[in-house]
Amino acid sequence: MKFLRDLMDKQRPLFEKGGKLEKFYYAFEAGETFLFSPNHTTGIKGAQVKDAIDLKRMMITVVIAMIPCLLFGIYNTGHQSLLATGETAGLWENFGDKAILGLTLVLPIIIVAYAAGGLVEAVFAVIRKHPINEGFLVTGMLIPLVIPASTPLWQVALATIFAVVIAKEVFGGTGMNILNVAMTARAFLYFAYPAQISGDQVWTYLGEKTAVDGFSGATALSVVYDAGVQKINAVEALNNHNSVLGDGLFSFTNMFMGWIPGSIGETSTLMCLIGAAILIGTGVGSWKIIVSGFAGAYVMGLVMNLTAVNEYMALPAEYHWVMGGLAFGIVFMATDPVSAAQTETGKWIYGFLIGVFTIIIRVTNPAYPEGIMLAVLFMNVVAPLIDYYVVKANKTRRLQRATV
Amino acid sequence: MSKIVKLKKGFDIKMVGKASQEIANFAPAQTFAIKPTDFVGFQRPKVLVNEGDTVKAGTPILIDKALDQVIYAAPVSGEIVEIKRGDKRKLLEIKILADKTITHLNFGKIDLNQDRDALAAKLASTGVWPNIIQRPFGIVANPADTPKAIFVSAFDTHPLAPDYGFTLQGEEKYFQAGIDALAKLTKGKVHLNVDASKPVPGVFSGVKNAQINQFSGPHPAGNVGVQIHHIDAVNKGEIAWTVSPVGVVQIGKAVLEGIYDASKTIAVTGSELTKAAYVKTFVGANVSSFVKGNLNSGHVRVISGNVLTGEKINLEGFLGFYHNQITVIPEGDYYEFLGWAKPTASKLSYHRALGLLSFLTPNKEFVLDSNCRGEERAFVQTGVFESVTPMDILPVYLLKAIMAEDFDEMEELGIYEIVEEDLALCEFVDVSKHPVQELVRKGIELIQYS
Repeated sequence: MKFLRDLMDKQRPLFEKGGKLEKFYYAFEAGETFLFSPNHTTGIKGAQVKDAIDLKRMMITVVIAMIPCLLFGIYNTGHQSLLATGETAGLWENFGDKAILGLTLVLPIIIVAYAAGGLVEAVFAVIRKHPINEGFLVTGMLIPLVIPASTPLWQVALATIFAVVIAKEVFGGTGMNILNVAMTARAFLYFAYPAQISGDQVWTYLGEKTAVDGFSGATALSVVYDAGVQKINAVEALNNHNSVLGDGLFSFTNMFMGWIPGSIGETSTLMCLIGAAILIGTGVGSWKIIVSGFAGAYVMGLVMNLTAVNEYMALPAEYHWVMGGLAFGIVFMATDPVSAAQTETGKWIYGFLIGVFTIIIRVTNPAYPEGIMLAVLFMNVVAPLIDYYVVKANKTRRLQRATV
Repeated sequence: MSKIVKLKKGFDIKMVGKASQEIANFAPAQTFAIKPTDFVGFQRPKVLVNEGDTVKAGTPILIDKALDQVIYAAPVSGEIVEIKRGDKRKLLEIKILADKTITHLNFGKIDLNQDRDALAAKLASTGVWPNIIQRPFGIVANPADTPKAIFVSAFDTHPLAPDYGFTLQGEEKYFQAGIDALAKLTKGKVHLNVDASKPVPGVFSGVKNAQINQFSGPHPAGNVGVQIHHIDAVNKGEIAWTVSPVGVVQIGKAVLEGIYDASKTIAVTGSELTKAAYVKTFVGANVSSFVKGNLNSGHVRVISGNVLTGEKINLEGFLGFYHNQITVIPEGDYYEFLGWAKPTASKLSYHRALGLLSFLTPNKEFVLDSNCRGEERAFVQTGVFESVTPMDILPVYLLKAIMAEDFDEMEELGIYEIVEEDLALCEFVDVSKHPVQELVRKGIELIQYS
């Protein structure tokens, strides 16, 4: 690696103060620190040694945790497409075709998200003179995973740019943002281009082909919603859905495994749980938020059951765990340490309320079949308030001690 | 009532290079120095000697005009060889070339039955007083104040810290006398906080006139600030004092012998030393005779104190006034290809993020160098500082209040309860590499001088 190091050392004066490319110092710094951990040493006073962790390593851990979801999402994208057009029946039939189709659909989205967002990051870093933030490694992967594979690439680029600029950079960059960047991107698409990210037609890629007769592209959430309207048992409606393609497409097991249409990375609860295990095991994601998030959803599901006046409310609470993007949202979005509650007590409340609000939005609001997006964004906004009271309690304890 | 406090939060940094329990026969240090920079909050130094003067151990050589009752004395007898000043004539060091045999200035035994203020004034004139530190702020105590209590931590949990049971053996009489003197100075109690996980060393076991509390848990359980928080926390407007066991012994010697005896046994530690052991010397010793010729590599960092709170000195540097330890580690000024991504079991981490495998070997001793292991970034990860701070304090909020210079918020969040060392572990574990201890001092100074 000597020649790379020499190359860096040779280029360095160009970018340093007084150099020709001084303006682009932070672009150079990003590249350099990516290749080589810097040779900085600790100061004269204070801690003389430092922990081996840095922000890059932490962020890449989150990206690794998303890889099961990504790989599954790629295959499932292909699987759903071939299933809908009647070219396949079994899960593992036509494995190569499905994988290749999935790759050709998903890879461009990822590349576009990283390129568009990375460009914005770099431009801001150069203009605002701050280092390029590693946080985008995560955001750039999250955005593709929460949108359907059929999303036009220009929309991916637009949403990414919007989210990075409006949700993050205007607040000062990574560490300063109030809203989760990836959720903002999704919300932008949802409200700006609803035709491409809602309804029954977008979740399964068909391309030029036509689906088999009787095919419905509805997601589990809208099937259950329709069951509520038509007053038929929700679980039965799920089990009978799309029977033309095969039995039990929306059975609990199938939804848990993730062999259902939906956004690219969010369909499989199992893969999200693997991601959760990685995040919790490495200590990078807060287990408190994840546990309380699932608990909140379950408790609210039970409350809905008890007060049920329609079939949607009567849906068994555990079904909420496996439908839609709840698992993905709780594991990867809610745990974003910057936009989440930052106190340990606050994390319990924050996670729990995300679960609760997701179910309330799902069940009681017909306009938004998926609640996790709005629940996370709403709780992002509320998180500082939760922290405010937790911090205030700490101050009060200190004050009381002084006056006793 | 003695207290038993079990702490769970914290982290023990296990390093290679622990001092073996023996007194090494290193060549004795020739020169000694008093550095005003060792005393935080030292404001207006006035040097009482000139180059070429001869002094005895205990001769006043320096005062702070802002607190002129307290004298800073020569630790050894000899000749003042240099008064070193830096930019803007800032006083850096007063160097003394030591005599072969140390002679002491005798100021007579101290009667503990005298009036409290007279006792304080007497002790302040002997050279032992700077051992007494005031909380809040961590500055040298003012003899005119009467603290609500005095705290002595009888164990040090810092990396490679000296074992007081070894360094203070045989000093029982003086330790007890020191405690007796301190007990006269406070209106409250003297708290002696011992390590609950080990048998109490002889020097502390029979101590009277003090409340003995037991603490257990990982570092920073041995930090006196953490102990105060759990015994009798410092609120706004209150004053507590702290003294290290070494300081207590020095006070005891002043009381019983009427001299300023600055001798101490220090630990010479670190992975880069051929021989890590204890050595008998005096406050402010030049470390070169312990380190030079004892190195097993060339590119090292010599630290006065421990790796969490110490100060980088050079090979010819001097031991800090409060330090009982020297640590020598490799200097870390190297680049590492893809250092942020490579899996590693040889670098210590509190975290378990991708590829950081040190958590699998919790008892392994690591070689740590001075590399920062990354660049400074905004605060991102949450909950980590809290998990290494066994106090009811929210470090990140406090640090942000300091950055914002929000005085009310700093007070409410507990700035009075901490000094740098209490949050030193936060600086170590920080993902975003903030200068935590520097921030803490900045906050304290904002409050102190407001």
